[in-house]
Amino acid sequence: MVDKPLILGTHKLNSRLIVGTGKYSTFDMMRDCLEISGSEVITVAVRRERLIDAEGRNILDYIDLNRYTILPNTAGCFNAEDAVRVARLGREILEGLDNPGKDWVKLECLGDKKTLLPDPLATLQATEQLVKEGFQVLVYTTDDPITAKRLKELGATSVMPAGSPIGSGQGVLNPNNIRICLEYLKDGDPDYPVIIDAGVGSASDVAAAMELGCDGVLLNTAIASCREPKLMALAMRDACLAGRRSYLAGRIPKKLYATASSPETGMIG
Amino acid sequence: MQVVINGEPKELDGPMTVEGLVRQLGINPQFCAVERNKMLVPRRQHGEVTVEAGDSLEIVTLVGGG
Repeated sequence: MVDKPLILGTHKLNSRLIVGTGKYSTFDMMRDCLEISGSEVITVAVRRERLIDAEGRNILDYIDLNRYTILPNTAGCFNAEDAVRVARLGREILEGLDNPGKDWVKLECLGDKKTLLPDPLATLQATEQLVKEGFQVLVYTTDDPITAKRLKELGATSVMPAGSPIGSGQGVLNPNNIRICLEYLKDGDPDYPVIIDAGVGSASDVAAAMELGCDGVLLNTAIASCREPKLMALAMRDACLAGRRSYLAGRIPKKLYATASSPETGMIG
Repeated sequence: MQVVINGEPKELDGPMTVEGLVRQLGINPQFCAVERNKMLVPRRQHGEVTVEAGDSLEIVTLVGGG
């Protein structure tokens, strides 16, 4: 069965898995995992140039810019002003590289360092400003359905609720909130993309998120920090596909008691 | 001429453009973006915008991130 592509604003994707590029032990390992994951979109962060760099290597030397659409994030920003500045800087670099990712941003406006949970007010402010500046804003948020709705109303291209705190590996802690987010965001707009961003720990977490009806999953640590990253990259790719297919197939309702799978007639006497 | 680059005070020999500064620092201009006093300096203006005493500059690139 051929699935329809995932449409994120002007971007059309065949893979519903978006992976980050952080925390890998080596750039070579990162490059291999990106390839194995089958992802078409990869996230990066914007940081100060190290003015003294013995090795002189840049992550961009390890990324095939013709193959991947780069999604720059505003990770590490704790207010709207910084997030907007970082988004502009990221766009500036991608424009210079002529990468298709030059028109979008993964917006993160964080509340505190301990939880890395989003600051909802700063996130709303930054979304409004970046939309005004022509960005396609993919916005990291909590799983609160009302905030999610407000972000969509402000023009976010995709709302991306956290399953659980960034890098925590706890999976989707509140599937009911995600269900409500999906219902609200897709009301009268069934193709509006909702992506689970953050908290995924294992392949089953990815499959579970997709089975809820999410349009995609964004993850990083679960691959980069596991024991065998390349094997996990493959597991994540498969889990995303399996979860999506399971969702499309439409699961059976859960029942308290058994229903026999084998015929109940024709038994021997 | 005293400026601040990426949070660190730095002494520059004399007036220079953003383009000249990036070159002097040995940074690949294709992989970086520059802010001067919290305002983005678009790449096409790097050859025109002059760095002045007391400026605060941010020169950034892309790194691994989630």
